[in-house]
Amino acid sequence: MDFINGLITFLNFVAVPATAYGAQLALGALGVTLVYGILRFSNFAHGDTMAFGTMATILATWGLQSLGVSLGPLPTALLALPAGILATVLLVLATDRIVYRFYRRQRVVPVILVIVSMGVMFVYNGLTRFIIGPDDRSFDDGTRFLMSAGDFRRWTGLEEGLAIRSSQAITLVTAIVVVAVLFWFLNRTRTGKSMRAFSDNEDLALLSGISPERVVAITWIIVAALATVAGVLYGLDKSFMPFTYFQLLLPIFAAAIVGGLGSPLGAIAGGFIIAYSEVMITYAWKKVLGYWLPESLAPSNLVQLLSTDYKFAVSFAILVIVLLFRPTGLFRGKSV
Amino acid sequence: MRNVLLFAVVLGLILLTGIFQSWNVALGILNMGLVSAVMALGVNMQWGYAGLFNVGVMGFVALGGLAAVLVGMPPVGEAWAAGGGRILGGLAVGAGVLIAAVLIFTRMGKGTKRTVAMIAVLTVGFFVYRSILDPGVNAVEAVDSAATGYLGGLGLPVIVAWPVGGLLAAGAAWLIGKTALGLRSDYLAIATLGIAEIVIAVLKNEDWLSRGVKNVIGLPRPVPYEVDLQRDPDFVAAMGSIGADPVIASSIAVKLAYAALFLVVLLIVLWLAQSALASPWGRMMRAIRDNEVAAEAMGKDVTRRHLQVFVLGSAVCGIAGAMMTTLDGQLTPATYQPLRFTFLVWVMVIVGGSGNNWGAVLGGFLIWFLWVQVEPLGLWLMDILSSGLPEGSLLRERMLESAAHMRLFTMGVVLLLVLRFSPRGLIPER
Repeated sequence: MDFINGLITFLNFVAVPATAYGAQLALGALGVTLVYGILRFSNFAHGDTMAFGTMATILATWGLQSLGVSLGPLPTALLALPAGILATVLLVLATDRIVYRFYRRQRVVPVILVIVSMGVMFVYNGLTRFIIGPDDRSFDDGTRFLMSAGDFRRWTGLEEGLAIRSSQAITLVTAIVVVAVLFWFLNRTRTGKSMRAFSDNEDLALLSGISPERVVAITWIIVAALATVAGVLYGLDKSFMPFTYFQLLLPIFAAAIVGGLGSPLGAIAGGFIIAYSEVMITYAWKKVLGYWLPESLAPSNLVQLLSTDYKFAVSFAILVIVLLFRPTGLFRGKSV
Repeated sequence: MRNVLLFAVVLGLILLTGIFQSWNVALGILNMGLVSAVMALGVNMQWGYAGLFNVGVMGFVALGGLAAVLVGMPPVGEAWAAGGGRILGGLAVGAGVLIAAVLIFTRMGKGTKRTVAMIAVLTVGFFVYRSILDPGVNAVEAVDSAATGYLGGLGLPVIVAWPVGGLLAAGAAWLIGKTALGLRSDYLAIATLGIAEIVIAVLKNEDWLSRGVKNVIGLPRPVPYEVDLQRDPDFVAAMGSIGADPVIASSIAVKLAYAALFLVVLLIVLWLAQSALASPWGRMMRAIRDNEVAAEAMGKDVTRRHLQVFVLGSAVCGIAGAMMTTLDGQLTPATYQPLRFTFLVWVMVIVGGSGNNWGAVLGGFLIWFLWVQVEPLGLWLMDILSSGLPEGSLLRERMLESAAHMRLFTMGVVLLLVLRFSPRGLIPER
C-alpha cells in the first residue's frame, strides 16, 4: 500500500506536471527546430513570438467573453486560438517579408540572422508589452480540475490524492493532435516533403524545382501556429507574463539542441527530457521516499537536490553535457 | 572628421539635456554612458575582433557587481564565526569533486567503467558537499538576517573590486569557453544565455553570498558623500564664491568625481584595446574572424585564440559591472534583466560599428542616451497623439501607460534599421 501511495505522490507532483510542461516545451522546440532546419538560424525571437500569439489569443478570448460565448467546461481560449494563430501568422509573415527576406537573398552567414532575430525579439517584446502590458494575466475560465485530489481519494480509498488539472489534460491532448498533424504533413504531403528536401539539401531542392519562398512561407506559418499553441497552453497551465516567455527561450533551445537541431522527433524527445529533469531535480522527494523506503531509512531532510529557483541551471547542465559528449544531439541533428 | 562630429553630436545631446532638463540627469547619463562604453568595448572585442556571439553579457556584468560586494563591504565577523569555515570547506569539497570527476574522465580509458565511476563520484560528492555546506549556510543566514545574514566582504577599498570583477568574469568565461567554443557559433550563444541566467539565479538565492533578493545596500564609495561635502566649510565657501547652491553643487561634484574615475578606466581599456587591435595579435584575430579555415591552415590555433579573446572581452564586461554597482552603491540582483544588460549592449556595438573600438564607445553613449530619453519622449508623443481623446478615456490611459514600453520597441527598430541600411555601423571598421 505504501508503495502505491508513493507512486501516486510521484505521479501527482512529478509525472503529471512534467508531462504537461514537457509537451509545452516540445511544441516550442519544434518551432525552433523547424526554423533552424529550413531557414538555418537560431531564432531568438521565438519566445516572444509565443508571447505575442498568446496575447492575441487572450485579446480574442476577452472579445468572446464579452459576447457571452463560452465553451462550457473548456477554456474559451481554445475557441480563440485560431484568431490568435491568424494574428501571429500575419505578424511573422510580415516580419519575414520586411526583415528576413533581405538577408536571405544576400545569403549572409547564420550568425547575422541570429542578431537580426534579436532585433525582432526586441520589437515583438515591445509590441506585446505595448498592447497588453507587462503584468501577469490569467485567462483560464474553464473548470479547474479534470480530477481533483479529493475525488481521487474518495474513489480509490488511498491516502494520497492524484489531481489532474484540466489545463494539463488539454495540453497533452492538444499537443498530441498538433504533433500528429505536423508529422502527417511533413511525411505524407507533397509540400511537407518539399520542406524536408529543402532542409536536407537546399541546392538539390532548388534544382528539382522547389520554390524556396513558398517553403519559407509555409515554414513560418507552421512555426507561428506552433508557437501560439505552445504559448497558449503554457499560459493556461501557469499564467501569461511576457517576461516568463522570454525566459522559456533557454529550456526550449536546450530541448531543441538535446534532441538535435533540425530534427522534429528530437525536439519532442528533448522537450520531455528537459521537463522531467527540471521537475525531478527541483522536487523535494521526502514524501515519496518516506513511502518507498523502510522506516529506518526514511529521510529527515527534504531531499531536494536543487531549489526550484535553479530550474534554469538544470536545462543548462543538460545542454552542457550534450554539447560536451554529443554535439549533434540525441537524434543526430545538423551541425553546420 | 565625421567621427569627431559624431562624438560632438552625442556630447551636444548630453549638454542639451543638462540645459533643458537638469545637470543631474545629464551627468547621470554621462556616467552610465561611460560604463556602457566599457561594456560595449568588451563585447566589441568578442564580436568585432573575433566574431564570437556572446549573449551572456548580463551574467558577466552581474559577476562584476558581486565583486564590488565581496571586496567593498566590511566582513561580518559573527557570520564568519557561525559558519564561514563550513561554507569554505563545503565549496572546497565541491570543487574537489568536480576536479576528481574531470580527472576520472581524462585519465581512465573509455568504457562503462569510466561512466559508472564518474556518476558515482558526482552523486556521492554532491551529497557530501551539501551535507557540509547546508548547516554552514543556515548558520550564516541566521545571523541578524534583517541587517546582514551574509558573510560580508573583505572591507578593502571598493576600487579594488573593479579588477577583481574582471577576474571573476574571466573565470566564468573560461569555463563556458572551454565547453562551447569550437562548436557551432549558435551554441556559444545559447550557452552564454544560460550561464547569465544561472549567475543571476545564484545571486538571487545564495543569501550567504550577497544577501540574495534582500539586496546589499550602502556599498562604500570611492568618492566623498554629498552630505559630507555639504558639511565641509571649504566646499560650501568655494561654491558660495561662484554663486552655486551647495546642495545641488555637492551632488554634481560627486557625479563629476565618478565621471573622472570612469573616464580613466575607459581611456585605459580603450588604449589597450586599440593597441591590441593594431598589433600582430589583432591582425591575427581579424584573419581568424574573416576566414577560419585559412587561418587554421596558416597554423593558428583558432579555438585557443577564440577562448583567449572571449575571456578578455568578458573580463572587460566584468570590470564595467563592478563600476556600475559602485556607482549605484547597491547590488540588487532583481534588476538584472537580459534585455537591458545583454541585448542593449549588443545594440550599442552594432549601432556604433562592430570591429571599431571608437564605434563601440560612441554606441555606448548614444544608445544609453536614447534608452534614458525615449521614455519621456514617448510619453510626450503619446500625450500629443491622445490629446484628441477625452480626458480619462480608457484608450488614452492605455496609451499613456504603454509609453513606458516604447524603449524596447525603439531599440529593436534602431537595431533592425542599422543592420539593414548601415550594417557596418556609424563608425565602420577600417
